[in-house]
Amino acid sequence: MTNHWIDLKNTDCALIIGANPFENHPVSSKWLMEAKVKRGAKIISVDPRFTRTSSKADIYAPLRAGTDIAFIGGMINYILENELYDHEYVANYTNASFLVHDDYKFEDGLFSGYDPKERKYDFSTWEYKKNEKGEIEKDPTLKHPRTVFQLLKQHYSRYTIDKVCEITGTPKEIYLEVIKTFAETAKRGKSGTILYAMGGTQHSCGSQIVRSYAILQLLLGNMGVPGGGVNALRGESNVQGSTDFGLLNHIITGYISTPIAQPEHKDLKAYLEKETPKTGFWSNKPKFFISYLKAMYYDKATKDNEFGYQWLPKRHPKKNYTYIGLFENLAKGELEGMLLFGQNPIVGGPNSNREREALKNLKWMVAVDLWMTETMRFWTEEAGSNPAEVQTEVFVLPAAASFEKQGSISSSGRWIQWRWKAVEPLGEAKADLDIIHMLALELKKLYAQSQRPEDEPIKNLYWDYGTGNECDIDRVAREINGIDLTTGKQVENFLKLADDGSTLCGNWIYSGFYPEAGNLAQRREQDDPSGLGLYPKWTYAWPLNRRILYNRASADPTGKPWHPDKAVIWWDENQKKWVGHDVPDFKPTIGPDDPAFVNPFIMQTDGKGWLFAPQGKLKDGPFPEHYEPWESPVQNLLSPVQNNPVIKIWRPEEQSDAQNYPYVAITYRVSEHWQAGAMTRNLPWQAELVPEMFVEIGEELARELGVKSGDEVIVENKRGSIKVKAYVTKRMKPLMVNGIKRHQVGLPWHFGFQGLITGEIANKLTPYLGDANTMIPEYKGFLVNVRRAK
Amino acid sequence: MAITRREFLKLSALSTAVLMTAELGLDNSKAYAQAQKYRIKTAKKTPTLCPFCSAGCGMLAYTDTKTGELLYVVGDPDHPVNRGGACSKGASIYQIRNIAPGKPNPRRLTKPLYRAPGSKEFKEVTWEWAISEIAKRIKDTRDRTFIKEEDGITVMRTDHIACLGGAALDNEETYLLQKLMRGLGVVYIEHQARL
Repeated sequence: MTNHWIDLKNTDCALIIGANPFENHPVSSKWLMEAKVKRGAKIISVDPRFTRTSSKADIYAPLRAGTDIAFIGGMINYILENELYDHEYVANYTNASFLVHDDYKFEDGLFSGYDPKERKYDFSTWEYKKNEKGEIEKDPTLKHPRTVFQLLKQHYSRYTIDKVCEITGTPKEIYLEVIKTFAETAKRGKSGTILYAMGGTQHSCGSQIVRSYAILQLLLGNMGVPGGGVNALRGESNVQGSTDFGLLNHIITGYISTPIAQPEHKDLKAYLEKETPKTGFWSNKPKFFISYLKAMYYDKATKDNEFGYQWLPKRHPKKNYTYIGLFENLAKGELEGMLLFGQNPIVGGPNSNREREALKNLKWMVAVDLWMTETMRFWTEEAGSNPAEVQTEVFVLPAAASFEKQGSISSSGRWIQWRWKAVEPLGEAKADLDIIHMLALELKKLYAQSQRPEDEPIKNLYWDYGTGNECDIDRVAREINGIDLTTGKQVENFLKLADDGSTLCGNWIYSGFYPEAGNLAQRREQDDPSGLGLYPKWTYAWPLNRRILYNRASADPTGKPWHPDKAVIWWDENQKKWVGHDVPDFKPTIGPDDPAFVNPFIMQTDGKGWLFAPQGKLKDGPFPEHYEPWESPVQNLLSPVQNNPVIKIWRPEEQSDAQNYPYVAITYRVSEHWQAGAMTRNLPWQAELVPEMFVEIGEELARELGVKSGDEVIVENKRGSIKVKAYVTKRMKPLMVNGIKRHQVGLPWHFGFQGLITGEIANKLTPYLGDANTMIPEYKGFLVNVRRAK
Repeated sequence: MAITRREFLKLSALSTAVLMTAELGLDNSKAYAQAQKYRIKTAKKTPTLCPFCSAGCGMLAYTDTKTGELLYVVGDPDHPVNRGGACSKGASIYQIRNIAPGKPNPRRLTKPLYRAPGSKEFKEVTWEWAISEIAKRIKDTRDRTFIKEEDGITVMRTDHIACLGGAALDNEETYLLQKLMRGLGVVYIEHQARL
């Protein structure tokens, strides 16, 4: 979230698209309803299914799954055509005035530079136009036809109301009401928020869907203000933290790239040269990266050995290490061992049948969890395997529950909050921290005598958290914050990190949460002086305890708040610095004399919000463009290019066609269960609330199929088939898509064969195909058939 | 004073009595206040956070001061995000440990387990054995598959071990996990954020 949970009370309009927060993040309703009651805020719910969020909304707009870019693109078009955008904000704080390279174009569904053989773009024309001095050419009037602004207008001119509604199936009057209501937030003193979750990301164009939200919010001046922002509602209690800490193949902690086996990363100097932009806040990257290396190898990391850079593993440049790539390579027999920490791929991963088969290639599996999961038992008959044929050794380690240990987690609002240990772990269960610690000590023991150079990384790994089975968590927390090695003291925050090896820091964005004053994630002070719900002394928000990101943009180009009701920070001419309610997301001393005074987006090289994403920052285009989901019942009405042209298609033979599989399916969650289900299907209270797996179908489709609620039906496609009960509701209604009636069905994905209650696995039906940029699978908008079970 | 099973039953009976008197229209405020006092006096409260969604709602875990056992978990009224509220999942955190007073959730894993190749079952093992055997497997796979150099570039990795998961771990745990894995040269590091 650019903002945070309580900030929802400050909004004047919440556009909830690709999310169902009233059920899946229930406390959001407390703050959204407060906005509604106290401010007269409007709530808009855009969803294929009428959810409990929709039931509390002022406007419910149905759409066909996977048509989100068309939906938002039409809003962008209408707002530009009718001049409903915030001109001053757009002209000053975005790259709208920048001129784009002469050869950049968009034609017949493709951007310039497409290579159909490689299914890749050459990004050389996705650039700004520069003068002889190398400066970006600009037109502050935004009228030049090659400005980002005019190109944006041109790009979305095809997204007319009629065209969009033909694609999305949204009734026209409702769609217009959505646009007009949300566009109101461009007015001074008003702000609108966009809330999204997996309904936005789990598509083959997921990253571009989220980009389209950002473009819309920049046009309306909604970034950086209370009640505004682009807010990702994340699914697990610490998925924000686990992402921040780089449990992904492509990033280490703090969103810094992992090294790749390529000449540009061959040594530390080359890596820093390649990865460090000359301008913007990321120009500090060497300080963060070298402090990370010091945290990894401490005194073994010296200037003479590139601070241990060569000990960090480098990815193969051509190999796909993402989740789907991992399982594809496992299926080919590449992997031997797998460690699982609270993950259950057989239920939660896409194309479950394939994943179960792939797991049989493992020599060993280690699974750490509170519960026996389907994945731990992938070798059983219940899973569809023959145990005698599965040679995998499986080690199961019992983990402590969240309240049986202490540590911090980070909410979607970036609040790092501490939880204390209430009770000893049940039985012999242990905290994951202690399990990881014990493993590390054992491994270090095994390697202690080695003289092989390839064992140096593990031998030299700095591991000073105690020698017994209990890990000293305080030492870990201090290391994450960072230490000044010349004084031995905790660094105040990441502004104090250095690139000469004199500081160590485990995760630079968290630096500041544990200064000399103490562990600020443990703070519980109730003060909220601004009344905006910032609670500046309640725990700690990264970065630098900043509660609203990009808050420089809450003030106008002269440094005054756009509106007193939405004041966050402002320029104080007497003190010659930025002051206010929140920690400025800006260098506090940059004043009106500095040209950077109007550059609020400090992480960007140019300080501007990007309507146009240059240089292939996204692989599939500088502007979001609508393509149909990989499996779709209709032809793309906007261009001859049917699917996102750069997605990797792993299993073309598994593409289910609309003739045999006519219904658009989505997976979703219910309020009573959580994720792959082990955490709730094993609790009697939750099990009783929603005891069974089902497929949700609309009344009209149920009539066509001759099915009543409770009847057993088969849901199937080329990847699998599941037998479940039909749950017939008014919540799923057919949509008119390009003049033809189309049905959608919904499947909760919490069920599996293990637990107090069991049920069929929805992910047997989902495709092995992901977003072009992130590889997040297309769990929403795939095709199935539904028929009565005999 | 700790709540024994007998006292708990007594307390339950008191609650029932309160309900009954309420139905009869009698003044029950005194009895109710006493029950509240009883509940709080004998229990220690520890602030924790809900382990389910990402809102970060505050919860209070109440434990028996004598036995240390978990008594109940409720929304934390001091937490600015939820102000004491809890959804159905948050309200059932207690059952992650106990399905009823004195009855641990029988589905919780409480001992390390091992399944041998081709076997039809898990067997209980000790922590010492499990950790030592797992470390041997990791070392064996790593050492056999380790790539030191590729096209003249030092790469120091293994493509034969994967580490999955982490969205339910604490920050300190995610930090140490990525540290250990990268220390071993593991590059297949992925988790729920990719899904």
